[in-house]
Amino acid sequence: MRYLPKSPAERKEMLAAIGRKSIEELFSSIPEAYRLKKPLNLPGPFSEAEVIRYFEARGAENSIGYSSFLGAGIYSHLRSVVTDAILQRGEFLTSYTPYQAEISQGTLQAIFEFQTLMCQLTGQEVANASMYDGSTATTEAVLMAERLTGRTRVLVARSLHPEYREVLRTYAKNSGLTVEEIAYSATGTLDVSGLKSALRDDVCAVVVQSPNFFGVIENLEPLADATHEAGALLVVAIAEALSLGLVKAPSEADIVAMEGQSFGLAPSYGGPFVGVVASREKFVRQMPGRLAGQTVDQNGHRGFVLTLATREQHIRREKATSNICTNQALCALAATVHLTLLGREGIREMAEQNLAKAQFALSQLEKIPSVKRSFAVPFFNEFAVELPRSVKMVNAELLKSKIVGPYALGSAYPELSKHALVCVTETTSRGEIEKFVSGVKAALEVPL
Amino acid sequence: MTDKIKKASRHTSQNEGLIFEKSSVGKRAFELPPLDVPAVDAGKSLGPYYRTEGVEGFPEVSEIEVIRHFTRLSTWNYAIDLGMYPLGSCTMKYNPRVNEFVARLAGIATEHPYQPQELSQGCLKILSLLEKCLLEITGMDAITLQPAAGAQGELTGLLLIRAYLQKRGNPRKKILIPDSAHGTNPATAVIAGYDVENIKSDSNGQVDLAHLRDQVNENVAALMLTNPSTLGIFEQQIPKIAEILHAHGALLYMDGANMNALAGITRPGDMGADVMHLNLHKTFSTPHGGGGPGAGPVAMKRILEPFLPVPILVEKEGGRLALDSQRKDSIGRVRAFGGNFGVLVRALAYILAYGPGVRQATEDAVLNANYIRKHLEGTYDLPYTRPSMHEVVFSDAIQKRRGVNTMDIAKRLIDYGFHPYTTAFPLIVPGALMIEPTESESKEECDLFIDAMKSIAEEAEKNPELVKTAPHATRIRRLDEVGAARKPILRWKAGEKSANDEVDTHPRKVSTPTVPTC
Repeated sequence: MRYLPKSPAERKEMLAAIGRKSIEELFSSIPEAYRLKKPLNLPGPFSEAEVIRYFEARGAENSIGYSSFLGAGIYSHLRSVVTDAILQRGEFLTSYTPYQAEISQGTLQAIFEFQTLMCQLTGQEVANASMYDGSTATTEAVLMAERLTGRTRVLVARSLHPEYREVLRTYAKNSGLTVEEIAYSATGTLDVSGLKSALRDDVCAVVVQSPNFFGVIENLEPLADATHEAGALLVVAIAEALSLGLVKAPSEADIVAMEGQSFGLAPSYGGPFVGVVASREKFVRQMPGRLAGQTVDQNGHRGFVLTLATREQHIRREKATSNICTNQALCALAATVHLTLLGREGIREMAEQNLAKAQFALSQLEKIPSVKRSFAVPFFNEFAVELPRSVKMVNAELLKSKIVGPYALGSAYPELSKHALVCVTETTSRGEIEKFVSGVKAALEVPL
Repeated sequence: MTDKIKKASRHTSQNEGLIFEKSSVGKRAFELPPLDVPAVDAGKSLGPYYRTEGVEGFPEVSEIEVIRHFTRLSTWNYAIDLGMYPLGSCTMKYNPRVNEFVARLAGIATEHPYQPQELSQGCLKILSLLEKCLLEITGMDAITLQPAAGAQGELTGLLLIRAYLQKRGNPRKKILIPDSAHGTNPATAVIAGYDVENIKSDSNGQVDLAHLRDQVNENVAALMLTNPSTLGIFEQQIPKIAEILHAHGALLYMDGANMNALAGITRPGDMGADVMHLNLHKTFSTPHGGGGPGAGPVAMKRILEPFLPVPILVEKEGGRLALDSQRKDSIGRVRAFGGNFGVLVRALAYILAYGPGVRQATEDAVLNANYIRKHLEGTYDLPYTRPSMHEVVFSDAIQKRRGVNTMDIAKRLIDYGFHPYTTAFPLIVPGALMIEPTESESKEECDLFIDAMKSIAEEAEKNPELVKTAPHATRIRRLDEVGAARKPILRWKAGEKSANDEVDTHPRKVSTPTVPTC
């Protein structure tokens, strides 16, 4: 087997050295009755070429050759080949969690840079080394707010990503948290009066997403005021992190929970991505996950270490701030390299292209008389439109022209059954947008 | 230095500051294709939400500077690609490059989980085949691939147990955890809403059955057992343990962190485990990447299947695959979008490369561990002498007499060109040296490691200071961890002096590093 570096003679020699006659003897502590008598029923062994052929064949059964208007928490963005070249350096790819700081300075300094970039983006003072994804980061942010306030009621915007809400509920169920949803208003933003009437002194956190699931940018200031007045913490979730290239940082937030997939990570059918929790400095001791900090070695040279580990499970065990251990380090490195490549000008320009293309798509769609914009408020690269027919039917028509249509909001919001969430990024060409719009028009004209 | 260091020699490495310190206004490393639609005035479109100044502090550098920056940083890391990484319980094995290649293919990396399922049959087939393979390897009946890592797998497993017991009327209160367990076990139990009760190991490092019998009652939901244990010893009593638990209506959770000792040899499902997680970034070779991403599938017996997280993969008529979210007893969703698909792809590529030959990998892993044990026994204290599986745990008892502890030996190993083993874990072995070579090491690399460990033991006798002040060959020396935690500096701030410009030459006392585990 090509991955195993031993010849049969070497195996024999090593067995002899430990005084064993056969490999089986090494497994004598496993009761005989439980040792497998026959080989496992697994496909293979396959050569490298066969492995590649298998996955190429699976890829061909997917959506190659289709253009897509799906966003809803996962976004297609340009990625430089440089990012992958760095990620595939074995020194990053095949190293372990940087507990042995002297021989992990590369990873540690990269994490420190990642934390810095995340603070700059979110307007927060500290950011951790990564969480699994945006959904679990949001949940961990709520658990953090619970620890900080000692309260157990959570108010969650209904316009928070439906799957983020589901994950929060799974975790909350057994942590003694009660989760209540706050409706959205006619403009698609959080219903502030509804929030105010639900806020009491037992609320630990108000969770709002911006841009929210409908693509709408929330006005955070009044939400923060109301939340703070009740002594609760404002958690702002961000699913499309590229928006921060153009949209004001959520500095009103006490905790930001972000999905960083837009920064150099492929959609990859749902992962791996990179979650981030960022917050104010005074809350750092309740933060979940790893943190890299700057320090000096015994000669006074700058170096980095994993720090504040007394929050973590390997020291604190059942008293830890989270059970997270393995996180998404390599994905955080991808985001770090990607954002370094983009730089201050590049992130703005990429964000501007998203805004321009989404607005162009909306203006073209609005030329179809029966298509209406759902919410007339500022958005970034995603917006909702109301169609005169079911989104499912329109999408089925679009599929015939090799277009994956927009997300049907009705699948998570029954009251929005004819509303579609359209996402357009810098990767979508004008031609694709025009083809999509004429496809929608044609679909609406198909005789029923 | 010593001429006994055979694997490594010193060479020049490049200095490099923080990327923010190289920034200069107007440089850029990325250009976009020109905009092909009318430009918009962002300030006007976004109104009060417009970020007028852009992202302040973001670096402005060129492409070559980005390449050099991260390449220089990379050279400061140790990696499996450089040599043996004997971290016990971490299973640092070779990460095959073809796995990276296939995970990046068009049609694999490019897919969106909300696209129509008829356009996702390739992805779903990959998930389905991986499910079947993992069920065959574990001997279980049902599986979820959703959890993002081992700790989330543990949580999923405990939530399944809770849902199952709840359905039978009482979720119960306690989870039993052996004193040798990994820290995630108790941390997870708390998130699942359970109290933790420790159970003692006996003098052989096995679960003390008498104690277990005393502790199991109607308040106990489950026992979380790592097998082989963190001592690298197979828990022979596992069928008995399962029997004791089952007699009281409790379940057996198996932490599969050490599955690399069992794959192809024996199956947890056959031995009475009710539910277990697998760390695909350990046994199934997906890269650790400096701390993730991982994946922590959870396999279980039929009784727990109704509670699986949604969505679940189902086969429809004609072999078409679909995702089903309509499951009334489901524990819910533990992660958005169904899991770390890219990691699952890599794990399947690994399994396909081996096929049933996965057994050979297990055999070689156990052979390596026992070969190292044989050669170091006597030089280092072996507190538990039962047969080792894929890892061996020594203690620093012999070296301690000269004032040298496990962390010192670990740091000295760095000078010899090796990554340290896992230090001071499991907690039941004071001053533990936990060594897991994996199957990826040749006899030559194992011999070099043995020589290095023997040489360090000799140094500890003759020149303990040399070991206690190690490492000597690294870019930086031991770091001030207490200072880092006392006054945390967790990000770069504009205008602050670069510490590299100003080296403080007063030697300082450096505090003992914290205990790292996997």
